[in-house]
Amino acid sequence: MDYVINLLSVSLYEGLAYGFVTLGVYITFRVLAFPDLTVDGSFPLGGAVAATLIVSGVNPWLATLVAFIAGICAGLATSLLNTKLRINALLAGILMMVSLYSINLAIMGRSNVSVLRNATVFKQTAQLFGIKSTTILSIIFMVVLTIVILGILNWFLRTEIGLALRATGDNGQMVRGLGVSTDMTTIIGVSLSNGLVALAGGLIAQKQGFSDVGMGIGMIVMGLASVIIGERLFRPRGITTILFAVIGGSLVYRLFLGIALRLGLPPNNLKLSTALLVIIALAIPYIQKKVRGEWMPPAKRM
Amino acid sequence: MDKNQSLMKLSKVSKVFLKGSVDEVTALDNIRLDVGAEDFITVIGSNGAGKTTLLNVISGVYPPEKGGKITINGQDVTRLSEHKRARYVSRVYQNPHIGTAAKMTVEENMSLAMLHGQSRGLRIATNKKYRELFRSVLAPLGLGLEDRISALVGTLSGGQRQALSLVMATISKPSLLLLDEHVATLDPKTNRIVLELSEMIVQKEKMTTIMVTHNMKHALRYGNRLTMMHKGKIIVDIHQEKKSNLSVNDLVVAFEHASGERFSDDSIMLRNADS
Ligand SMILES: Nc1ncnc2c1ncn2[C@@H]1O[C@H](COP(=O)(O)OP(=O)(O)O)[C@@H](O)[C@H]1O
Ligand SMILES: [Mg+2]
Repeated sequence: MDYVINLLSVSLYEGLAYGFVTLGVYITFRVLAFPDLTVDGSFPLGGAVAATLIVSGVNPWLATLVAFIAGICAGLATSLLNTKLRINALLAGILMMVSLYSINLAIMGRSNVSVLRNATVFKQTAQLFGIKSTTILSIIFMVVLTIVILGILNWFLRTEIGLALRATGDNGQMVRGLGVSTDMTTIIGVSLSNGLVALAGGLIAQKQGFSDVGMGIGMIVMGLASVIIGERLFRPRGITTILFAVIGGSLVYRLFLGIALRLGLPPNNLKLSTALLVIIALAIPYIQKKVRGEWMPPAKRM
Repeated sequence: MDKNQSLMKLSKVSKVFLKGSVDEVTALDNIRLDVGAEDFITVIGSNGAGKTTLLNVISGVYPPEKGGKITINGQDVTRLSEHKRARYVSRVYQNPHIGTAAKMTVEENMSLAMLHGQSRGLRIATNKKYRELFRSVLAPLGLGLEDRISALVGTLSGGQRQALSLVMATISKPSLLLLDEHVATLDPKTNRIVLELSEMIVQKEKMTTIMVTHNMKHALRYGNRLTMMHKGKIIVDIHQEKKSNLSVNDLVVAFEHASGERFSDDSIMLRNADS
């Protein structure tokens, strides 16, 4: 029984924490149709910024906020490469991801920084309520934060700007015709997305007790897997249900992962398994059409 | 007499594609056009005559070649980007998919269009008052759109989508409406509904309109002014009084006279049997 509770609670905490990455990936890939690979760099950026600031004595809440802002800056850089210098979206993301590797090392001064002995947002919250910093507490913490962020996103994506942002990925030509700069909406969306991803990085570094330069590897694929699970499982319609489905996808993904690990999946094979999951999910529609003998356009390279 | 004040002036507007290559095309060749505020101009011309390019240059998709100038209400807009020019210009495209966003609802699409050319902020974009307004403008179309306010646009038929595009393009009452063969892909019945609707809205809101069509009869029936394009030039420009007495045959003669070429149905898709 303890076993199950432990599995569920860890999946719940991780699913919510990585849920912000999933939300970020959802905003770029699905809302903007901007395949942004910055994520693998902005996640550890959040961790690096938060951990480094905390170790140098900055208030962990402030450090977390700065991590969020650092992520926004990373997304800003990627979207400027794309909109102002006309560099292909995929390439712009890869360029930023690679640059961030060096930047993250420069921020930390080495390949990892420990915050085990330092104050974190989790420890301070525990102190505030006079309890011990446990998994339950981090779950409650993440639930509250998730509700706040979902609330803000649910509002923002319904505002005049938010609506234009959603239409950008759907039909950019129309959006420009209606008088909205799609450069602007792309910049806002990609920046916001990477801010969320870096926020997750900052929080997870504090929870696990350290930030590592390699902690972002495979984040995009994980985010995509979660988005796909959320979409297929919950079949959302309308922006509110979509947001919940995305978080739901992240939770289910973590649960699968937890179960697979307990069943003996070697941790080293995690990324490969996630990649396979995404490959299968993306290939299914094609294979279904193939079986039905429907025509499919040639593969796209850009 | 001249209460038809000038709304837009094009002078020396040219557009060359693939400049310097063997495939270089002069899509617009030194166009001069003065559009009056009360004009409803129909534009006909063969495939590749430059009609779409003309509308693209007017709406700012790309600028004309150096030396060309476009003014709207006396203001030079030649270098203004497409989204900034949307303040004056609104457009319905040939392809219904370009005018509407498939993954958003009818209501969301209409809300986007309500702020055509205006600045957008952090107010919630949809509200009850809008919803009522949308129903009341969609109901007269007779396409049942008023009951599908919260349906995703991707689930509508081509005709419904194009009618929606038209309503979206006109709901903010832009100074200049551009219609680019906007009924060409519709079946004859919807084709007619959307055309009549276009005329009704244009008359009611007194919008300056440029309508591209490849159907000579449509070009004759609608509007107060008819122009014909050929190889990037406007070769025929017929105003009010003369236009009303015109027949398809007159147009053919006008074409042959102005272009110095023989009119042939297959190379020049001007004459059209339907409706
Ligand atoms: N983006 C483009 N690149 C290259 N050539 C183009 C482009 N757009 C239009 N053209 C060419 O310009 C000419 C005019 O095209 P267009 O304005 O679309 O004609 P119409 O709308 O009258 O059929 C055609 O020869 C077309 O091939
Ligand atoms: Mg055309």
